[in-house]
Amino acid sequence: MVLDFVQLAPELGQFALILSLCLSVALFVLPLSGTYLGSTLLMQSARSLAVGFFIFVAFSFCCLVYSFVHDDFSVKYVASNSNSLLPVYYKISAVWGGHEGSLLLWILMLSGWTFAVAIFSKSLPLDMQARVLSILGFVAVGFLLFILLTSNPFDRILPIPPQDGSDLNPLLQDIGLIIHPPVLYMGYVGFSVSFAFAIAALLTGRLDSAWARWSRPWATMAWGFLSVGIALGSWWAYYELGWGGWWFWDPVENASFLPWLIGTALIHSLAVTEKRSLFKSWTILLAIFTFSLSLLGTFLVRSGVLTSVHAFANDPERGVFVLGFLLVVVGASLTLYALRAPVVKGSTGFDWVSRETLLLGNNILLTIIMIMVLLGTLYPLIADALGLGKISVGPPYFNLFFLPLMGLLCLLMAFGPIANWKRTSKKQMLQLLWKPWVISLVIGLAFPFFYRDKYEILAALAVFISSWIFIALIADIVHRLRNAENILVGLKKLSLSYYAMIVAHAGIAVTVTGIGLTSIYTEQRDIRMEVGQHVEVIDYEFVLEKLEHIDGPNYQAEQAVIKVMQDGKFLREMKPQKRRYLASGNTMTEVALDVGLFRDLYVAMGEPLTDTAWAMRVHLKPFVRWIWLGALMMAFGAVLAVADKRYRKAIKVEQQSGIATSGVLANE
Amino acid sequence: MHPVRKQRLMIVIFIVVFSSIAVGLMAYALRENINLFYPPSKIASGDVPHNTRIRAGGCVKPGSIQRSDTSLEIHFLITDGIADVKVNFNGILPDLFAEGEAAVINGVVTESGEINASEVLAKHDENYTPPEVAEAMKDKGEHQKTCEGLKYGA
Repeated sequence: MVLDFVQLAPELGQFALILSLCLSVALFVLPLSGTYLGSTLLMQSARSLAVGFFIFVAFSFCCLVYSFVHDDFSVKYVASNSNSLLPVYYKISAVWGGHEGSLLLWILMLSGWTFAVAIFSKSLPLDMQARVLSILGFVAVGFLLFILLTSNPFDRILPIPPQDGSDLNPLLQDIGLIIHPPVLYMGYVGFSVSFAFAIAALLTGRLDSAWARWSRPWATMAWGFLSVGIALGSWWAYYELGWGGWWFWDPVENASFLPWLIGTALIHSLAVTEKRSLFKSWTILLAIFTFSLSLLGTFLVRSGVLTSVHAFANDPERGVFVLGFLLVVVGASLTLYALRAPVVKGSTGFDWVSRETLLLGNNILLTIIMIMVLLGTLYPLIADALGLGKISVGPPYFNLFFLPLMGLLCLLMAFGPIANWKRTSKKQMLQLLWKPWVISLVIGLAFPFFYRDKYEILAALAVFISSWIFIALIADIVHRLRNAENILVGLKKLSLSYYAMIVAHAGIAVTVTGIGLTSIYTEQRDIRMEVGQHVEVIDYEFVLEKLEHIDGPNYQAEQAVIKVMQDGKFLREMKPQKRRYLASGNTMTEVALDVGLFRDLYVAMGEPLTDTAWAMRVHLKPFVRWIWLGALMMAFGAVLAVADKRYRKAIKVEQQSGIATSGVLANE
Repeated sequence: MHPVRKQRLMIVIFIVVFSSIAVGLMAYALRENINLFYPPSKIASGDVPHNTRIRAGGCVKPGSIQRSDTSLEIHFLITDGIADVKVNFNGILPDLFAEGEAAVINGVVTESGEINASEVLAKHDENYTPPEVAEAMKDKGEHQKTCEGLKYGA
């Protein structure tokens, strides 16, 4: 029996995938027509269809995992991405190591989010529920068609399957790859929920605070996942690619960063829509764009139209399908937007010095940054299409823009929490913020003096900006506690969503510190190292003790043993490797790291020069961990925000009104 | 004018002004920071501006790699079958950089017609070749053969 299942798993998987396509077509069509026909039955079918869709996709995914674990090399995708020598955890992560499987993962995530909406949307009015789930069904139809028509992971190699697989790309044999894609996709796909809410709002014309309150936790959660996903990708590139960089402005990195930028604008704009019923049509537009950029990201990664460190084997035809789907989604939703947006306009005004203005500034800046990153990313494509020649846009372009605009955004960020909705007195702002301004200026100016011998004005700027964000947050907390009888009681009274904002903004400050100080103070020595040779980097001394040969499970490696001394005292041994994987013949650089909160030591082997000499990268990277630590704080902020009790309270209230609504509908 | 409408107008003006400044800056920055791609024959014939950043791609000519004994300095020739160009580089080469293989060089063309490379890219792994490298190799059909011929000839 077991043998039978091994043989059948791919067919069952494919069958389940086709069934889930049928279910998602039903999910798209039935509830939506129900909302027009006023049929409660059709609308109520949405939740069960969503659950069914999820179960079949999950089953299909499990079948693929099963084929991988049991080395069924008659499945083409397994044969080209796995190998019998691969440890079992890499066999599982190899499921999303290639195009077809990562697409299936994408769909699994989509069905997961749809399932979550079906579970947590009980409080939503029935017609809203039906519309949101139906839009998600539409997205699912697109991607299921894509996978079934162009990139079926269950295709067989018959009648003669290969003896063994051609191995997972060694770059991807790593803990980073096990977690980076799922988390990133959770973020990407999560924005489909805000998209569905936005389209549903356009269809009904109902776009009030309640709508914002429903859709806000979804956007926040997706954003949190995306933040961690991007950070994981950067961390993975840092230690796995062996170049010592953590961000390359590579098209595929940009592809994940674009939705993050607009998603950040979206969660802020949603705040205004929830609290003040303003920026309504703008919020809708942002939700549409965020999801469209997620699709664009998928297109860029999957089509291979751009040169990228992430581009593994690609197929342009598949790109065309995603591009077509992208055009349908963007075209249809923007048309709908043009027709319906006037209906959902807001009306109340606000003063110039107010939180609304600051959040508007946040949105404008983020949008401009997004456009500039988008342009830089797509420019080579545009230029190629217009016959302007083969062009690449390098990091200088991105840095020239990104850094000043982001700096401006961070400077303004400190004002946001302190400003009141509707109107803030300038005097009060000044009173609250002059101290943080002076203190952070002093810290910023003083820092480079104490840190290194050479004074770096940019380091002063980076430290000033991050301490400005941080100290202004503290000033805001202190201000809010001014009337509390004691600090603990006061702290308890502050809402969870307020803490969420504090943690996320502090996360930005931490990331800014990390980015600034790493970029400025990194010491890189790319050198020729003979056995016995010493290299000094600031306080550290690296000695190449010996070179040795290592046999791994599915690779062979040259290993350098390097003794590290700090201020003349022995610190540790570091063992970077250069591996050659047997199955694929790929060469990989295995970096040796000494991790610390304030600095990383980074040693990577370049290439052999003679029997006793290697080209080596020896880097000292101060504060590099802060970059990812900050991202984790942002994501933690997102979790806190979603856990805020007002969403649960709202659910209770709306449950009653929901019952009332469905009662009315039933009466119709 | 109605104050709400006036405010809206101000916001629109602000957005228009701000984004046109941004677009202007962007266009400027793009002009300064794009790197055009040239094959070695164009560089050898002097069609390429000196002292601006460019990309060049070709086949690493077998037997042309010269390393320094004391540092990471390296010199090699790239060719597209029509002309050879000398490349100077100081740093660590990618894993799959090799004689007879395709490579892309980011760098500056000097007055003497050599390339001072700031970055050397090669095939990404055994399965994947960056489009530019592939393009450089197959552009006129002959190049791929040139590279392969060179490789096996060596």
